[in-house]
Amino acid sequence: MNAMALLQISEPDQTPDPHQRRIAVGIDLGTTHSLVAAVRNGVAECLPDEAGRVLLPSAVRYLGEGRREVGHAALAAQADDPHDTLVSVKRCMGRRLADIADAERLPYRLVDRPGMLAFMTREGVKTPVEVSAEILAALRQRAEDTLGGELFGAVITVPAYFDDAQRQATKDAARLAGINVLRLINEPTAAALAYGIDRGSEGLYAVYDLGGGTFDISLLRMAGGVFEVVATGGDAALGGDDFDTALADWALAQAGRTARGPHERRALLVAARAAKHALSDAPSTRLECTLADGPLAVEVSRAQFEALTRPLLERTLGAVRQVLADARVPRDQVQGVVLVGGSTRMPQVRVAVGELFGRAPLTDVDPDEVVAVGAALQAHQLAGNAGDGEILLLDVIPLSLGIETMGGLVERIIERNSTIPTAKAQDFTTYQDGQTAIAIHVVQGERDLVDDCRSLARFELRGIPPLAAGAARIRVSFEVDADGLLQVSARELTSGTEARVTVKPSYGLEDGEIARMLQEGFARAGDDMAARALREARVDAGRMVLATRSALAADADLLDAGERAAIEALLARVQDSASGDDADAIVAAVEALAAGTEAFAARRMNRGIRAALAGRRIEDI
Amino acid sequence: MNLADDDYTLFALPRRHALDLDMLDARRRTLLTQAHPDRHVAQGTAAQRVAMQWSVRINAAWRRLRDPLQRAAYLCELGGVPVRLEDNTAMPAAFLQQQMQWREALAEAGDAAAVEALAAEVAAAERAALQRLQRQLDDEQDLPAAAATLRALMFVTRFRDEVGRRRDALGQ
Repeated sequence: MNAMALLQISEPDQTPDPHQRRIAVGIDLGTTHSLVAAVRNGVAECLPDEAGRVLLPSAVRYLGEGRREVGHAALAAQADDPHDTLVSVKRCMGRRLADIADAERLPYRLVDRPGMLAFMTREGVKTPVEVSAEILAALRQRAEDTLGGELFGAVITVPAYFDDAQRQATKDAARLAGINVLRLINEPTAAALAYGIDRGSEGLYAVYDLGGGTFDISLLRMAGGVFEVVATGGDAALGGDDFDTALADWALAQAGRTARGPHERRALLVAARAAKHALSDAPSTRLECTLADGPLAVEVSRAQFEALTRPLLERTLGAVRQVLADARVPRDQVQGVVLVGGSTRMPQVRVAVGELFGRAPLTDVDPDEVVAVGAALQAHQLAGNAGDGEILLLDVIPLSLGIETMGGLVERIIERNSTIPTAKAQDFTTYQDGQTAIAIHVVQGERDLVDDCRSLARFELRGIPPLAAGAARIRVSFEVDADGLLQVSARELTSGTEARVTVKPSYGLEDGEIARMLQEGFARAGDDMAARALREARVDAGRMVLATRSALAADADLLDAGERAAIEALLARVQDSASGDDADAIVAAVEALAAGTEAFAARRMNRGIRAALAGRRIEDI
Repeated sequence: MNLADDDYTLFALPRRHALDLDMLDARRRTLLTQAHPDRHVAQGTAAQRVAMQWSVRINAAWRRLRDPLQRAAYLCELGGVPVRLEDNTAMPAAFLQQQMQWREALAEAGDAAAVEALAAEVAAAERAALQRLQRQLDDEQDLPAAAATLRALMFVTRFRDEVGRRRDALGQ
């Protein structure tokens, strides 16, 4: 722990002041394992634990009395303590019990709740958000120990197909773990960044990401310093596990045997996975395991395995063709194909992907680490640590957003693959004479029927003046931020009375519940919530003062004397309050400063944009 | 330069229907490189809010300008001639007649070749209408005529999609 005593030396090409170098990491919060990576000495790399391991198994064991184990220790206890050792909770993030296809196969005591399922443990009911927060907190601790300082923030990756509820759940888990989320980015996008696709490599790239339980395909374009997701698609219920299942079922059929009960089933799947791995290097192998009625041993050749899993591979190729068609891109325009996920180690995947694109895929970055490394590079940029020549990343929303209309149909408002941030409004009207309220049901998905889409939120707009059916004009506005998170508002336009509602869709965790979880977490850590709130408020105040001062230093000429004095007064109030002990007062002063500098921020933006366009037009000539 | 400027001013492009799409894309990149929230992470909430507004505005304008029909509708509206797609469906008789012929042809098309022939005819009609639209907007500056062409064109594109779906269905 003597890292704090060491002097910090910045990289030669970077000047850390006035914004001190900030510790920023990338986190791959995975289904089976999680990683944290950071840029150190100009190189992005995964941070190992004290035993030198970079992979943290995504497993949390509740021991009772507020104690828990996270990672390897928890995983080791899984067989002995199955109810209280939780693994693969990522599959449950933002999901209801009814969404989980094989819930009865999970060894947990599941609790059905309206927004998101939960687990009954010896520590009480735990949501997937809380379990994920334990994993994130362990990674945060690892990063702070390794890098010797408090974390400024993290970029956390999510599967590209994650819907709003799953993204929101991930962000809440980070909040519980005390992590400032700089950005949520899509896993395939992070992988592409890790491949060093930079200004020098303009063109179109495909990322084929076959994980344990999911398949993602993304198409990205690098041009003019902007790395843009053009289209994304995939199959949320197709992964390497399905290859294991296909092989296991085939082996049983060959031997004329059956597997009874989840325990035998598990043993068979483990054997199938081992055989699958062996076939990546050997032309044939033997699938062996012990069932209740005796040992099972089946010879399998690579050709047989490839033939029986061909339909699964074809499904991934179908999704690739669909994305190419969505983007209206001929496949020979793709100049690089990146493979991500352990399942892409299967030779037939490499061959098939190579044949589809007519070029050999890129495989030189470790497929387990590539996502965290890419996230670390983005975190480094967002924290302001990278120099000039930064690349801007533009992501898209993976699934269309819309609302329910008459007859259970979906009216799409924001189409999938729209670049974020984005916003769109659409007008609707009333169905009956004198109708004074409407129910708005926000859904996400590509299907035409509401029942086939994911329900995100329901709310009511009241206070509509009674008019003839069809006369009212209700404008529903969707806004999706750079993390892909949605906010919806509705307003009646014809009346002077402004009926207006704004909601953030949620998966059932109320703000109050989050506050309770935070409180519990602090109590356990022996931390004091009030003290922590004060500390965070002060850090925030410090950042705001610094940001405002540097803005004033750069563009003070945009303000007249009166405006300048008003901002100085707001700054003084922030600094004043920050020297006191009242967290609420600090937060209020920071908010007042934010509100009071908005016009200044707008003028600075106008100036920046004008300068950028002027520069560009000279370049055009 | 501010948020209330029209799309063409925002992108510093001439207010015409004929548009260099590569230039449009390049301008969007330039604008977003300046305005995206990622560029203002450490600059406080006021800057973040402004960045969000600008990015949304830039993306919306880009989507509108990139699509030839939306671009045409926008030019009509800038010129004070609302297109009113939702409640103005008056069409010339000849156009309606052709629509009916097409629909009959689609209903009767029994094989891929027949659907293909219809698709080619519709595509040609669409191209011709787009050229007419561009001429009416850029050369003749006859906005009411352009709005009428645009309304007809919307029917043609919808029908083109129907033919496409039929072709996909036959292809499988």
